[in-house]
Amino acid sequence: MTTTGARLRVDPIACDGRGLCAEVLPELITLDDWGFPIIGDGEVPPGLMAAAGEAIRLCPLLALRRC
Amino acid sequence: MSAAVTGSQGLWFLSRGSGLVLLVLFSLVVVLGVATRTGSAPARWPRFAVAELHRTLSLFAVALLVLHVVTAILDPFVTIGWAATLLPFASPYRTLAIGLGTLAVDLAGAVLVTSLARRRLGQRAWRAVHWLAYLAWPAAFLHSLTAGNDLGIWWVALVEVGSAAAVAAAVLARLFGRVRGGDPRGPGGPPPTRAATKPRRVPATSKAGGR
Amino acid sequence: MNAVDTRNREADGGPGLRAGHLPRLLPQRRGGGPASWEEHCARHGGLPVIGWDEGWRGQLMAEVGRSGLTGRGGAGFPTARKLRAVAAGRDAPVVIANGTEGEPASAKDKVLLAREPHLVLDGAVLAAQLVGARQAFVVVHEAVREIVDGAVAERKQGRRDGIRLKVMTGADRFVGGEASALVNWVGNGIPLPTVTPPRAAEHGLYGRPTLVQNVETLAHLALIARYGAAWFRSLGTAAEPGSMLVTLIGGVHRPGVYEIEIGRPVGEILALAGGPAVPLGALLVGGYFGTWAGPEAACPLPFSANGLSEVGASPGAGLIAALPTDSCGLAETARVARYLAGESAGQCGPCVFGLDAIAGALEDLAVGRSFRPDLLRRWTGQVEGRGACHHPDGAVRLIRSALRVFGAEIDRHAQGLCCGRRPLGVLPVPPRRQP
Repeated sequence: MTTTGARLRVDPIACDGRGLCAEVLPELITLDDWGFPIIGDGEVPPGLMAAAGEAIRLCPLLALRRC
Repeated sequence: MSAAVTGSQGLWFLSRGSGLVLLVLFSLVVVLGVATRTGSAPARWPRFAVAELHRTLSLFAVALLVLHVVTAILDPFVTIGWAATLLPFASPYRTLAIGLGTLAVDLAGAVLVTSLARRRLGQRAWRAVHWLAYLAWPAAFLHSLTAGNDLGIWWVALVEVGSAAAVAAAVLARLFGRVRGGDPRGPGGPPPTRAATKPRRVPATSKAGGR
Repeated sequence: MNAVDTRNREADGGPGLRAGHLPRLLPQRRGGGPASWEEHCARHGGLPVIGWDEGWRGQLMAEVGRSGLTGRGGAGFPTARKLRAVAAGRDAPVVIANGTEGEPASAKDKVLLAREPHLVLDGAVLAAQLVGARQAFVVVHEAVREIVDGAVAERKQGRRDGIRLKVMTGADRFVGGEASALVNWVGNGIPLPTVTPPRAAEHGLYGRPTLVQNVETLAHLALIARYGAAWFRSLGTAAEPGSMLVTLIGGVHRPGVYEIEIGRPVGEILALAGGPAVPLGALLVGGYFGTWAGPEAACPLPFSANGLSEVGASPGAGLIAALPTDSCGLAETARVARYLAGESAGQCGPCVFGLDAIAGALEDLAVGRSFRPDLLRRWTGQVEGRGACHHPDGAVRLIRSALRVFGAEIDRHAQGLCCGRRPLGVLPVPPRRQP
């Protein structure tokens, strides 16, 4: 069981609820009733690392970060 | 001798042809850029798909742009000169018309470079330069009107008008349109369409998020 | 051995400064107006001079640690720990004294500054010396700006503090007192919070380590420097020592600001203000980020973080609002919720849109139009913890406690009836500003 040690975090001030992150990573990111992302707490599992990287790259506001 | 003439004509056709395709591509890229921003797209298109298409088409356009510029300069029938690739109004042949094209290349080049380095540059710097796209397109459009001789051909004129109309519509949508918010598939029914994004404030200190 | 400079003997300025006695911060004085520099020195003696001697600074820091002083701005963070964190920074630190008191119902900071400005300024100077800062900003509510200006001018005349004191008026916003918002207000005039980390103690004003401390905390610091940790601990509980200022409003005979020993029963504190003037239906404890509680449940409890946790409350900004039985707690909460929604800094979507939606749902409930507990539960859950600062969290806390405590009223409202007869206004809500 490998751990990636990677967590996702959104900068709530930069975020504008565009929703691209939730489209490419629905397993970890859902949208609240106003379109803003709710990020799952835990680590990113190994199988989703690629998608997580995509989500980070795709955010038009660079609000999604890895920590 | 005739081969050289045909070869040179080939270059001229390539240059004009690629120019026309570029106009269509560039216009599409602008429309898709606006669609990315406002969140509007043909129904069921995911937003990330719109964003990716915008990016992919713009990169393809850059490749085609290289072809367009190189064939135009290599063409022996007109003297444009390599300086004119980057320096506006350096071409002895149709100085203004080519100069507009060079201007478009310069501006689009800045947009390209900053977009490739967006993570390193940070959002604000990237965004400031990206606005130049709204200058680059008119420069390219005017270049397409003045640098070519083909407006008499009906379908060329159609392409010009169509491209201008598409971009004009996109710009109007950007200025006056609404930004969609919320996940249409969310529970509790369709969420409120936000009339605008949250109010833009000047970001405070340099603390936030590595800007 | 008392590590504090023994030049400041056991205070003989008045009975209040003996160990175990009140008042400490707010002595009775003849005449209104602030205590002048002379009066202040007559009561407390001169400010203990640290100078730049490292040993002395370390001793006082240790004394503050032993005293167990915690922040009086609402968060209750251990002061010594914060001082050490700022002092440990690489760049030259700076101090910001927070007297903005953006909480509309609270008056303790204004009263403290209006009556004992030199005590606060002493604390600011001491804090600056402790962390190695050369400058302290004193940001105060507009109402007391003139008084504090006068006090600073008095100090400039007579002595050399060695620390540059600059007085500013706070932004007229609820969120303006939040630490990062205050740093931004001082630094660039824009009172908006930023994402933390990094905290102000590491990276604040102009990127330097910044000590943001409530003015009451600084006043306590100024007293600890003179009378020592043991004296400070002679009041209060072992876990939460000292005294604090509370603001009492609503259905009591004498609303106002009182100094209390931490850990006294809530009922005793109400008695300080003359006790209930009318039968009470509920108490709002802490502030607009605080918690509603029933009087029977709350009155026997010690007014401390430990004691109040039994009803899910905490001392917070030291507010106790007494709600009469014939006032509608739901309607009051709806008004405050709408106020808090309007006071959002507007930077984070969940706060801007979520608090607005929640306030709307509460307003619907308050007028008996509709009751959507599912939406309220859903939205409070979605809003909590998803802003850059704790504004949405505080609002959610208040609203959840209202839904818990006002169960009977909710039933009536859900049927379209209202419960209250008294007009609204126990909880003050300033009118909407122009943005």
